[in-house]
Amino acid sequence: MADIFDILGPIMVGPSSSHTAGAVRIGAMARTLLGERVVYADILLHGSFAETGHGHGTDRALVSGLLGMGPADLRIPFAFEEAKKQGLEYTFGEVDLVDAHPNSVVMEIKGESGRQLSMRASSIGGGRIMVNELDGIEVAFDGSFNTLVVHHRDEFGTIAEISRLLSNYRINIANMRLSRHRRGGDALMIIETDQTVEQKIIDWISELHGIEKVTYYDKSREAENED
Amino acid sequence: MRIDSMEAICASAKEAGVEFWETVLLYDMEEHEYTREDSIAKMLRAWKAMVEASDSYTGERRSVSGLVGGDGLKMRIYNRRGESISGDYVGRVIAEALSMAESNACMRRIVAAPTAGACGVLPAVLMPLWHEERLTQRQVIEALYTASGIGAVIARNAGISGAAGGCQAEIGTAAAMAAGALVQIYGGDMEQICNAVAMALKNLMGLICDPVAGLVEVPCVKRNVAGAMTAVSAADMALAGIESRVPVDQVIQAMGEVGRYMPLRFKETALGGLAATPFGKAVKEEQKETERQSRG
Repeated sequence: MADIFDILGPIMVGPSSSHTAGAVRIGAMARTLLGERVVYADILLHGSFAETGHGHGTDRALVSGLLGMGPADLRIPFAFEEAKKQGLEYTFGEVDLVDAHPNSVVMEIKGESGRQLSMRASSIGGGRIMVNELDGIEVAFDGSFNTLVVHHRDEFGTIAEISRLLSNYRINIANMRLSRHRRGGDALMIIETDQTVEQKIIDWISELHGIEKVTYYDKSREAENED
Repeated sequence: MRIDSMEAICASAKEAGVEFWETVLLYDMEEHEYTREDSIAKMLRAWKAMVEASDSYTGERRSVSGLVGGDGLKMRIYNRRGESISGDYVGRVIAEALSMAESNACMRRIVAAPTAGACGVLPAVLMPLWHEERLTQRQVIEALYTASGIGAVIARNAGISGAAGGCQAEIGTAAAMAAGALVQIYGGDMEQICNAVAMALKNLMGLICDPVAGLVEVPCVKRNVAGAMTAVSAADMALAGIESRVPVDQVIQAMGEVGRYMPLRFKETALGGLAATPFGKAVKEEQKETERQSRG
C-alpha cells in the first residue's frame, strides 16, 4: 500500500526523482558497499541515463552519491568541484546493455585502500533504485531494508552459520538470496534484515570460515542523509 | 484506516469520527507503526523544505540546458506593480508555481508532490497564504495530510507518473491534491474535498507529457502554473457548493484509463507534442551534442 511520504516526498535536489535522486542513491549505495572512501570511479551510462543524463544532472548526482551525499544535499549541483576537493577521480562513458532498465549505470570503483567494486544498478522510478549486479554476480535488492552483502566461497554450512549468528542476536531475516558463479566457486549472499546489524556482528561474520568480504548497507543512515 | 479510494477515506473518517486529514495521519501511523508526533514531524520537515525553497529563490539559477530559470522572478516583479489581471492571490500563486518548478529544473532542493516535475503546484497555492500569515502551522499540517491522502488514492487507482499516464497523472494529480488542501484550509467538508478533487482532475484530463529533449523543463515549469490555477478554481467551485456530476472515484478511474490508452509518444518519451516541434527537435540535437561533450 502507498506510503504517503512517497507522495509528499522525497525531499530532493531536482530535476528528476529517477534521473537525479535515484542516481544519488545509486552512487551512495556503491560507496557504502565498497566500505571506504572512493578515490576512482569509471562510470558507464545506459539508455535514458546516457541520452539525458547530463541534462538531468545524473552525472553530478552519481558523483555526489559516491562522495557520500544524500538526495537532498545542496552540494549536488557542485559535485564535480566537490570531487576535486575530496580527491575523487572519475570518467564517464556510455554502454549499451542487453535487457537492462533504461535508467541503468555500470560503475567500477576503487577505494583509498585499494578495495574494488563493480556494480550495475538502475533507477526504477520515484527515486527508488535496484542493484542488479555486484562484482559480476547477478543480484536484486533495493535498499529498502538493512542489507548485508556477504562474499564467500560456495561451501557447506556457511549459510547456516550466518543465519544462526543473526538469530542469536534477534535479528530477523526479511529476505535472503544466494547467487554464485558456479558450484564451489565465488558466491554472494544478500541478506535483508528488519533490525540494524551492529558492527561487532558484521566483524564476527567476516571471521567465519570461507567468508571473503562483508559489507553492510544501513537503511537508517541513508535517511539521515536526506536532511 | 483505509485510504484505497476517496470513498474509503471518507467512510473510515466517518466511522472513526475524525476529519479527512486525520484519517490519512492515522493511516500513516498504522502503516509505519510510529507515533502521531513522528508522523507530524516528518510532515513538518517536508513543509520546512518547501518554505526554504520558496524563500531562498532568487531567480538567478539556470537549468543545465539553459532553457529555464528566472521566470518566477519576472512574475514576482510584475506582481509588485499591482496591475496583474489575476489579482493579488492568484498572481502570487503563479509566481510561486514558476519559482518552485524552476527550482526543480535548476537543481535546487524541492519536495516531490507527487513528482519532482509537478513539485510547484501544491506549495504554490499554500505559500501566498503562509507568507501573509493567514495560515497556522496546524492548518498547513491538515492541508498536507489531506493532499497526500488524495495523492495516495490517485497513485493506487490511476498512477502518478508521466511515463505511465501522461502529464494529467503528474500535474493533474498535483492539482487535485492542491484543490483538496485548499478546501480543507477554507473549512470545506469531506464531500467538498471530493468534489474539488474530481473537478481538478477532470479539468486537466488528457494532458500529455511531451517534454522538450526529455528534460523536466519545457513545458513542465509552466504546466505547474496551469495545475495551480486549476486547483484554485476547483476549490472555489467546491466551496461555492458546485458538485462534480461524475463521482470522484470514477473520475480517478477514468483518468487512469485515459493514461493507459494514451499513445506512447505522449508519455514522457519526448517523441510527440512540443518535443516533436522543429524547436523541440533542434533543442534535442543540441542536447545530444552537449551530452557527448560532457563525457569527453
